[in-house]
Amino acid sequence: MVGVFYAVLVAPFKDMAGSPAFLVEVLIGGLFAGLMYSLVALGFVLIFKASGVFNFAQGVMVLFAALTLVGLMERGVPVVIALVLTMGVMVVLAFAIERIVLRPLVNQEHIILFMATIGLTFFLEGFGEMVWGANVKKLDVGIPDRSFIVRGVQINELELTAALTAAILVTVLAVFFQRTRIGRALRAVADDHEAALSLGIPLKTIWVIVWSVAGIVAIVAGIMWGAKSGVQFSLSLIALKSLPVLILGGFTSVPGAIVGGLIIGVGEKLAEVYWGPLVGGAIENWFAYVMALAFLLFRPQGLFGERIIERV
Amino acid sequence: MIYREAGQFKTTYASDQAIFPIVQDRVVVLLAILAVFLVPPLAANEYWLQAVLIPFLIYSLAATGLNLLTGYAGQLSLGTGGFMAVGAYSAFKLTTAFPQINIIGVFLISGLIAAGVGLLFGIPSLRIKGFYLAVATLASQFFLIWLFNKVPWFVNYASSGTITAPDRAVFGVLVTGPNSTAPMRYLMALGFVAVFALIAKNLVRGRIGRSWMAIRDRDIAAEIIGVNPLRTKLLAFGISSFYCGIAGAEFVFLYLGSAETLAFDINVSFLVLFMVIIGGLGSILGSFLGAAFIVLVPIFLTNAPHLIGLPLPVALLKQIELMVFGALIIFFLIVEPHGLARLWQITKEKLRLWPFPH
Repeated sequence: MVGVFYAVLVAPFKDMAGSPAFLVEVLIGGLFAGLMYSLVALGFVLIFKASGVFNFAQGVMVLFAALTLVGLMERGVPVVIALVLTMGVMVVLAFAIERIVLRPLVNQEHIILFMATIGLTFFLEGFGEMVWGANVKKLDVGIPDRSFIVRGVQINELELTAALTAAILVTVLAVFFQRTRIGRALRAVADDHEAALSLGIPLKTIWVIVWSVAGIVAIVAGIMWGAKSGVQFSLSLIALKSLPVLILGGFTSVPGAIVGGLIIGVGEKLAEVYWGPLVGGAIENWFAYVMALAFLLFRPQGLFGERIIERV
Repeated sequence: MIYREAGQFKTTYASDQAIFPIVQDRVVVLLAILAVFLVPPLAANEYWLQAVLIPFLIYSLAATGLNLLTGYAGQLSLGTGGFMAVGAYSAFKLTTAFPQINIIGVFLISGLIAAGVGLLFGIPSLRIKGFYLAVATLASQFFLIWLFNKVPWFVNYASSGTITAPDRAVFGVLVTGPNSTAPMRYLMALGFVAVFALIAKNLVRGRIGRSWMAIRDRDIAAEIIGVNPLRTKLLAFGISSFYCGIAGAEFVFLYLGSAETLAFDINVSFLVLFMVIIGGLGSILGSFLGAAFIVLVPIFLTNAPHLIGLPLPVALLKQIELMVFGALIIFFLIVEPHGLARLWQITKEKLRLWPFPH
């Protein structure tokens, strides 16, 4: 009994204190993974805020964006042009989704829309693989994947770039939401659909814009994941990983998505490295969910969620 | 005209409360039940029984279970695969440890074990609902699968990590295991589905079902009129998991023969949820229609190019199948968000009036 307590409560911390450099490396790895979850969660949040749709297809949008980018580059299109073209594809996709899927389903229950996005997931998965092929691809947009060592801690340039890109992306999004005319309209729609409509804000246009922005966020996430681990089907599975992030951060909060993602990423890495061996490892798969669940017991609305969930 | 109800009077409360109050319905349903018990075992070939009918029945049972939880009690769950795994692994452990217990008893006990696990993972539903709850139930899915993967005790320390259905007999006839025949396994699955569909139908018509629907429609109002949310929600989780657990046990024992945890991964949860939604939330019939749809569509899509003589490479076929499947789901949601059960209801209304417009 004492042995168990020691193994769970004391030994992991001793390990951490024993080699701080390794701890920092684990933390950085966790932060990087968390950042990736955040980027996917960000797409979820944008769409959920503006249209109340729980977009399960966000993960597959990441895959689709990465596949398109790689596919174009393989055909000899320069990086910049390929990027622009991919953005164009995502905007067209947003138009199509609004037109074909969302518009006929306006005013349906949330669960129906959720199901429709799962249908969309299947479709995009098949479509992306049919057009661009199903084999694993290497995505190289010129981000160096070298490591350097600062005070005994290994730091990867790719991860650094990813962090910077995410920071820039979030800043741009924040400015876009706070300062521009469209951003204000988006926030109005997020607050109250009907009030926004009565003010003359075109809901349908807003939806297209939001889905396009989510698509562009998906491109960024796709590039980062693709550069790290290759463009393959498992990319769409990170959508599942970003769900506990959403619980933690709240479905409607952009900062929540970022902070939640970082907490989940660090938490699951620490748990996997220091506590995982106690139970045979591979706890990464469910630890994030349990963490989010434990969190929910104390704060059902998430970190920054604005609406308190009704208690029964 | 076809559905002539004129002259059918209800003279007792019992006849007024019957499941099928109309004579024609009763006749059709009885004939249908007779037909499904007699015709397929005699007429259908091995392929149809094994690849279509048995999975259809098992998925129907699981979909009925999830429909009780999601359609009637309004608690969105993505943990179906996990609960099915609990049923399958407990059935395997039980029947290998106590071979003398009848396999029907084994299935029922594994259902009860799954129900216990379901109760445990239903506890968060008391605090959260909607999509938050859905994500919370994903925790059970991933945790349970991980547990069955990690603890070798669950597979009797088999190095392959799989569970295999042993030969077990009911009334002297083998119904599970490698030596059992497909018709027998079909009858076994059908028996379970028939009994539990009837129980489910009666559950939702009675006090329990009504308290579920009250919680689903407005939980606060339900609590005010005296429905205990704690008990009602947990009961829904328990009974739903019981159904899923039995379906999971059947999945291995009657359909796959042997399985590893991969057979119960997250995709199974989604598949069953699809069945419930395509079939119709809050409809027992809908669970069956949805299961038929989801089981049949991929089979049809795989075989369709062959039928029209269009040879396609396998990879391309797989991708087209995915696309069409996704598109069909969206299409059905747009055409009839209330599911196939609603379409059937409309047809029935039409039949009652036909050929008169009113």
